[in-house]
Amino acid sequence: MEQGAPIIEVENLTKRYPGRTAVDGISFTIGRGEVVGFLGPNGAGKSTTLRILASFQPATSGTARVAGFDVFREPDEVRRRIGYMPENNPLHLDMRVREYLKFRSRLKGLGWRRGRERVDTVLQQCGLTHVSSRIIGQLSKGYRQRVGLADALVHEPDLVILDEPTIGLDPHQIRSVRALVKELGRQHTVLLSTHILSEVEMTCSRVLILHRGRILAADRTEDLANRLSLGGQVVAEIAASESAVREAFQDVPEVEQMDIQPIDGEFLRLTLVPRNGADVRERIFAEARERGWALRELTRSRQSLEDIFVHLTRGKVREE
Amino acid sequence: MRAFPTLVRRELGVHFKSLTGYVVMAAVLLLTGFSLVDLIERIRQMPYPAPVTELFYQTAYFWLIVLLVSPVITMRSFAAEKASGTYEALMTTPVGDWEVVLAKYAGALLFYLLTWLPFAGVLFVLRQVTGEAALFEPPVVAVTFFGIALVGSLFMALGCFASALTRSEIIAAMVSFLFGIGLWMLGYRPEASGVLPGWATPTLEYISMTRHMEDFARGLVVGRHVVFYVTATVLLLFLTQRVVESRRWK
Repeated sequence: MEQGAPIIEVENLTKRYPGRTAVDGISFTIGRGEVVGFLGPNGAGKSTTLRILASFQPATSGTARVAGFDVFREPDEVRRRIGYMPENNPLHLDMRVREYLKFRSRLKGLGWRRGRERVDTVLQQCGLTHVSSRIIGQLSKGYRQRVGLADALVHEPDLVILDEPTIGLDPHQIRSVRALVKELGRQHTVLLSTHILSEVEMTCSRVLILHRGRILAADRTEDLANRLSLGGQVVAEIAASESAVREAFQDVPEVEQMDIQPIDGEFLRLTLVPRNGADVRERIFAEARERGWALRELTRSRQSLEDIFVHLTRGKVREE
Repeated sequence: MRAFPTLVRRELGVHFKSLTGYVVMAAVLLLTGFSLVDLIERIRQMPYPAPVTELFYQTAYFWLIVLLVSPVITMRSFAAEKASGTYEALMTTPVGDWEVVLAKYAGALLFYLLTWLPFAGVLFVLRQVTGEAALFEPPVVAVTFFGIALVGSLFMALGCFASALTRSEIIAAMVSFLFGIGLWMLGYRPEASGVLPGWATPTLEYISMTRHMEDFARGLVVGRHVVFYVTATVLLLFLTQRVVESRRWK
C-alpha cells in the first residue's frame, strides 16, 4: 500500500433497519495520518457507520474499504488493521488491566513475546502503568476509557476508530482523554465520533457532519469554520471619540454594520460586521495607527462549530 | 485458531471470577453430598450386588444436577457479552465465528466436567465405607463418567445455542432449561407412549437419556447412544454458529 492512498474509502453506503434508514448513501474518503471527527446529534448514524467500518455489521448497499480491503468480503484483513473502541467502551470488568490487554493482544493475533512488549508500550502510552494490576471494574471511568484506548492500540493498527471516546467523563477526564487522542493523531489515522462540537474543534483536522444518515458537510475544521463565518464579528477597543471612529469606518465598503459603545475611561468598543466574511482587522489597525489612537484589543469572533452545526441542520430540516 | 486457547481460558476463568460459578459448584456439592447419604442407604438395602453408579443415575440427584445446573453454566456465554457490549469488541477482532462458538462451548464443557469431580470423591468415600470393591469396578466408573460427559456435551451445546439467541441471561437459561427438560421428559418413559403411533416408542427409546445412562452406568458403551449425543451436539453447535453469523445477514 503506497503512502498517501486513502485508508478509508466509502461509497454510497446505506444501512436500513426495518422502517428506518440509519445511513443514507454516504460517501467519503479519509487519507492516512488524518484525525477526522464524525459529528452529529444522537441517532445521526455515526455508530452504525463505524460498526460497518469495523466489519461488525454489514451495510445494506454500497461499499466500504479499509486499507484497500472490503469490510464485508475481507473482514479479517480489515479487523487486523483497525483498533476499534465501541460505543460505551465495553470491557471485561472482572479482569485486571494488564491481563485484559494481554488477552486482547492474543485475540488480535499477537504472539506471546510481541504481545508482552506491546502491552508494556500501550500501558505507558496511556498512562496506565501504575494501575496495571488493578481490576478494571474498580477503576474510575477515566481510567477505563484509557484501557479502552490502550486496547484499540495494542496491535499497532493503521486506523483507530473511537466511538464517542469522551462520553460520560468528567471535565478533567475528558481533557486527559482528548490529549491522548491528539497524541495518537501523530502516529495513527484516527476516526472518532462525537456529538460534542468543541471536541472536534480541539482534536480533529477534518470534520464530517452527519445528520439523519447523510453527510451535511465535510471540510477541514478551520475551513469549515471560515467558509461559514458569515456573521462573524470583529471587535476592537479603541481610545478615541465616537464621532471620529464613526467617520473613519462608515464609508468602508467591507463594513456592513457598525456599533459603537463607550466603555471605561476614554475607550470605546467598536463592533463591525463585515460583508461576505471579509477580514477588516488590518483596516482597523491601519486607521488606529494613522490617527494615533490607542488600540488595546482587536479580535475576530470566529463562529463556533456549534453555530455552524445549527445553521446547517436548520437548513436541512427546512428542505425536508 | 490461534486465539482458541486464549478464549477457552477466558471462558473457563469467568466461572471462577463470578459468584455464579461458585454457586453452581456449591449446588453440585450439596446434591452429590445428599446422594452420598442416599447411596449408603441403598447399598445397605440392596438385595443383590449391582454397580453403585447404576444406583446413582436412578437417584433424583443426577438429573437435578444435569437439568438445573447446565442452563446456569451456559446462560452467560453469549448473552452476557451481548448485554455488556463486549461481544462487539470480541467480534471486531480477527477471530472467526467458529473459533468463538467452539471456545465458549469448550469452556462450558470443561467447567461442567469440573463440577462432577466431587462425585468421584463420593464414590471413593462410599467404597471406603462399604468396603465392597466389587461395586466400584474402574471400567464401569469410567464409562459412567464418559456418559456424564456425553450428556453434558449435549446440554452445553444446547445452552450455548440458547444463549446465542438472546442478550438476556435469564431468557437463555429458561430456554435451555425448557428444551433440556423437554428432551429428557420425551424419553423418560418411552414404553408408556401407548396412545402414540407404533413408530413413536422406538424413536423415543432412541432419544431416551434415562435409557442411555442406564447402559453407561452398567459399563456398556453403546454405539448408537454415542452417535446420538455427538450428532445432537454437532447440530446444535452448527445452529449456534449460524446464529452468530446471522448478524452479517441483517
